[in-house]
Amino acid sequence: MLTRLRPVLRGGVKASLPSLTKTVSPLRGYSSLVASHDSPNLVNLSEAPFLLNSANAALSHPELAGTAAAEGQAKQLNLYQSVNDALKTALETDETAVLFGEDVAFGGVFRCSMDLQERFGADRVFNTPLTEQGLVGFGIGYAAYGSTAIAEVQFADYVFPAFDQIVNEAAKYRARSSSNFDAGGLTIRMPCGVVGHGAMYHSQSGEAFFSHSPGIKVVMPRSPFQAKGLLLASIRSKDPIIFMEPKILYRASAEYVPTEDYELPIGKADVMQEGSDVTIVGYGTQLYHIHAAAKMAEQKLGASVEIIDLRTISPWDRDTVFESVKKTGRCVVTHEAPRTGGIGAEVAAEVQEKCFLHLESPVQRVTGWDTHMSLAFEDLQVPNVTRIFHSIKKAIEY
Amino acid sequence: MLRAVSNHACLRQALSSTRTLRTGLQKHVHKTQFVSVRHVSTTKPTERAEVEKPIVQNGELVFPGALRTSFVNNMTFVDPTTQDSMPTYRVVGPDGVQIDKSYKIDLPVDTILKMYKDMVTVSIMDAIMFDAQRQGRLSFYMVSAGEEGMAVGSAAALKPQDHVYSQYREQGAYMYRGFTLDDFMNQLYGNKHDQGKGRNMPVHYGSRELNMHTISSPLATQLPHAAGTAYAQKMAGVDGVTLCYMGEGAASEGDFHAALNIAATRNCPVIYFCRNNGYAISTSAIEQYKGDGIASRAIGYGIETIRVDGNDIFAVHRATKKAREIALRDQKPVLIEGMSYRVSHHSTSDDSFAYRSRGEVESWQRKDNPIVRLRKWLELNKHWNEEEEQKFRTQARKDILTAFSKAEKVKKPEIVSAFTDCWEDIPPHLKEQQQELGEILDTYPEHFDLSAFEGGRGGLHDK
Repeated sequence: MLTRLRPVLRGGVKASLPSLTKTVSPLRGYSSLVASHDSPNLVNLSEAPFLLNSANAALSHPELAGTAAAEGQAKQLNLYQSVNDALKTALETDETAVLFGEDVAFGGVFRCSMDLQERFGADRVFNTPLTEQGLVGFGIGYAAYGSTAIAEVQFADYVFPAFDQIVNEAAKYRARSSSNFDAGGLTIRMPCGVVGHGAMYHSQSGEAFFSHSPGIKVVMPRSPFQAKGLLLASIRSKDPIIFMEPKILYRASAEYVPTEDYELPIGKADVMQEGSDVTIVGYGTQLYHIHAAAKMAEQKLGASVEIIDLRTISPWDRDTVFESVKKTGRCVVTHEAPRTGGIGAEVAAEVQEKCFLHLESPVQRVTGWDTHMSLAFEDLQVPNVTRIFHSIKKAIEY
Repeated sequence: MLRAVSNHACLRQALSSTRTLRTGLQKHVHKTQFVSVRHVSTTKPTERAEVEKPIVQNGELVFPGALRTSFVNNMTFVDPTTQDSMPTYRVVGPDGVQIDKSYKIDLPVDTILKMYKDMVTVSIMDAIMFDAQRQGRLSFYMVSAGEEGMAVGSAAALKPQDHVYSQYREQGAYMYRGFTLDDFMNQLYGNKHDQGKGRNMPVHYGSRELNMHTISSPLATQLPHAAGTAYAQKMAGVDGVTLCYMGEGAASEGDFHAALNIAATRNCPVIYFCRNNGYAISTSAIEQYKGDGIASRAIGYGIETIRVDGNDIFAVHRATKKAREIALRDQKPVLIEGMSYRVSHHSTSDDSFAYRSRGEVESWQRKDNPIVRLRKWLELNKHWNEEEEQKFRTQARKDILTAFSKAEKVKKPEIVSAFTDCWEDIPPHLKEQQQELGEILDTYPEHFDLSAFEGGRGGLHDK
């Protein structure tokens, strides 16, 4: 954050600011860093144990077995670069594919579409006027013709003008025409989640709103390797997909990613770590905190934690979760979004119904509180390592 | 269904009537409805509207969807590219010389000087806060360089009782209406004195006292609100209007259409002020729309409209003052399109040289901006000089830095603010979540450092 001083645009004013050393926290004096200097909540996102840290690790990933991608190369990318790589691959392999949204032409505000207009031309990669309902509806029509539409909504917080188009149109296009028409060629990408300073309108994670609607799928990747494979599968899926990209990971998370074309399965959760005492279900950025909490639980409580990344949030992979909970007898679900009506509620309800006789403790939800995200209080609102650890402890000691 | 029946009944009544329908109906309706504001409890607006609807004209039925149309026998499409662009009104040109001599600038010199000083203060504050963000002391900032004239000039034409909806680049309007440097800094730092209790990103100002509704990041959502607030003013019969700012990019949102159409049909005393600065982040106006700016659209909604030079604070002020008169007197919406150039980057998260040339920006900076233009006018008219300029700038910078240092040292609000104000009262389930946080903080005190917050752990008030 301590970046160089840029020249001030207007002439004549060169501010002499008071010394920085007086601020409470030089790194992030403006916002809500509440962790003590040695707090377990200071999670370094780039050092997560699950990130594939060599080309070999990426190419030998079991989900690539037998594919051409496994025989190719891999290079280290962060998440926005891997999204860019997936978009490039999609545009190369499908001549009907178009990519559009607000500020997409110059590379997008998060740089995910960088250089794509130069490569594929302004007819295939273009800016739309500033209207989410317009651009999503446009994408539905483009897809209904049988072509491939990749729409970008600049922030998940700003998707709501398009809610009608998504829930009443994209989701119902197939059903109302009994599959005569469908909007399956549409993928709507959007950056989501907290980022440390997004406050009320640059932090939301609205997956639960969309999960409530039949006819669409909701996908959220956890890392660059996952992002490329899941995004390509989403773009090629015959169902409309909301593809939510945790924006804090765009630059924070780096991983080896195969350079060739590959897909990871939609609708399939990933058991990231096997364990015997408690199952933790999560997705997106939460997995970084879950892993840190699981490690802490192993060290402090001797607990063996199984970690599941849903990847596809809706419809989610119930078999994988049920199988795990039947084994461990305990379940914790986490997400950033508020608790009421969230994905955690859905997972908890299904788990108690399908795994009741196997449960040793109540299913717990570790979630954002039922309030709006604040600039000053974000660190107290989003589930952190402490809260996830506490839930593991409670599950085991119940 | 009810509506169809009633229209049908109305049609029969009209056809059998010998009553001649007057032309200039619109004027009559406005006048009547303006009167109705003063007699809200006794009029029946729905009944009146139906009686006055013309059904026949020149012995022919009138299409209800275009009451004033006429019939022609040569087929022509209207090609908008062949029509003249709406002119841009100016009082004072870039050289500071008055062009519209028919208008006597009747503002007191003190008021003009306040307008000038507020623009200068905002520009200095913008520069300081932009730097502060670059140093990592602030999470975010948005500069209004090049657009100070539109914000200050329009705000200066309002009355304190008027309501204001901002987009996010109208710090000048806040300053003119009385938002102090401390108010700005407390919000920017989200400290315990911030009226938003540290919840919002910087520049999301708001003030109940000043009738300025708290800024929301999503674009154009405030436009329908403004129509509703104006309608409430109308229903209350008060001497007040609502002014709503937006950018030309925001005007692409569906809410723009919704707002203008409802404001027009419900005759709301609202002024829509579009700051057309040429850019929506990277998207230039050329890519944003094909029509003649935003002004041409308002005409399509039946709204009285003017386009002004946004760099000319006198034009902005005069147009807004007149718009206020129209909105209040005729009880109807008005739209002003201020033409300007976004000299600044969109925000501190943006580097606009990725999509526009430095030369383009520098041309605007050098050749024309609202501050320099007003300064030229002031100096030509002997109201200001270099010495006063330097003295004022030095003092303004000092005042801003004082407020800056003061606000930066103030603690964040109590952590209970993470739970309050979401509903009027904290509902039971949220109270439980508040206690859950308390349990975490008490069980693992070594994991947290709450010293930046007023009252630390005690500020949760969960016990």
